[in-house]
Amino acid sequence: MNAMFKTKAAEREEVEALLPWHAAGTLSRREADMVERALAADTNLAAQYETVREDLAETIVANESLGAPSARAMQKLMADIESDASTARRARASFNLGEWLSERLSSFSPRTLAWSATAAALAVVLQAGLLAGMFVSERQGANFQTASVQTDQTMKSGTYALIRFAPEATTGDVNKLLETYKISIIDGPSGGGVYTVRLAMTGMPKEELARTVKKLQDESVVRFIGPKPAE
Amino acid sequence: MQTTSDEALIGRIAAGDKLAMQVLFARHHVRVYRFVLRFVGDPSRAEDLISEVFLDVWRQADRFEARSQVSTWLLAIARFKALSALRKRPDEELDDETAQAIEDQSDDPEVAVQKKDTSTVLRQCMTKLSAEHREIIDLVYYHEKSVEEVSKIVGVPENTVKTRMFYARKRLGELLKAAGVERGWP
Repeated sequence: MNAMFKTKAAEREEVEALLPWHAAGTLSRREADMVERALAADTNLAAQYETVREDLAETIVANESLGAPSARAMQKLMADIESDASTARRARASFNLGEWLSERLSSFSPRTLAWSATAAALAVVLQAGLLAGMFVSERQGANFQTASVQTDQTMKSGTYALIRFAPEATTGDVNKLLETYKISIIDGPSGGGVYTVRLAMTGMPKEELARTVKKLQDESVVRFIGPKPAE
Repeated sequence: MQTTSDEALIGRIAAGDKLAMQVLFARHHVRVYRFVLRFVGDPSRAEDLISEVFLDVWRQADRFEARSQVSTWLLAIARFKALSALRKRPDEELDDETAQAIEDQSDDPEVAVQKKDTSTVLRQCMTKLSAEHREIIDLVYYHEKSVEEVSKIVGVPENTVKTRMFYARKRLGELLKAAGVERGWP
């Protein structure tokens, strides 16, 4: 009997320790199921879990208010890379295409050379296009945006919130949520994968804001949502 | 839209691809910056440090073994750099004063309680946690790191990670209680 109590106590302790990771969505399926079962059966634990969710929300808000580095960081990095010994070493060790080409081409006829030059030029253009496309998509398109993304000017009025979507949420899920609640993405994602959304065109009363946030928090598509602090 | 995985970018960086380096930087630099800033407290110094973090990635990309996520590797390097920087200038170690300089831009906890703004009180109390406790809370809640990943970043066993997080929450509850907010736990 004693052993059974000890096992139960140990299991509760284990679940209690895992609550923060459950709130953050970083547990394995097996662990998440174990926590869910315990939360359903233990109201004290469920109340404790609510405090964990509050802590998570405020941690995100606190980090989001830290701002972002200036372009200087990237400039410094690229300058450091240019002058780094490992860069020069890699360049020397890499395959010397120019040398190889001139050796091979010297043995070809003029007609073969003309065709080869055309094909090579085409390959260069194609590769440049691919690289530019990839870079642009990383800088712009890879970050989820919808047609509702707006400019800073429109942010002056209205009620705003910070939101982080569940990693498994699809673009369709997110769009459906935005449509259902008639909310629009204004900015993001930030470094922490957090978006700013507008909940209403005007300022919402505190109670209504709390109700809306609570409703959205219960949506499976939403990992976290909290009112955006005034700037 | 499908994007190149972090692991694939590291592979290209190892082969000397500077564009891949820029893409990886664009993807992760804000999170790394915020993580470092929590340690050093000075935005300009944090910027210098993130350049150093990514320079290390450039140099060591061929040694990355994919045993953890790239973001976990980045945060582990960032943590090491931030702590080394603090060791070089011990007079500037992150204390309560520095931490508040970063985040404490609103009312004192007592004043905020009077205004019944629990969120503000909670954020204020977070700045009063030890650097160790604040770090683990950031890693779990903001950087979304699993127990195993936090263990790799901080360099402590997984059970210590869980215990540390538990005590960080407990301490936060005590600070809140002292500031007049009763949440029923601990």
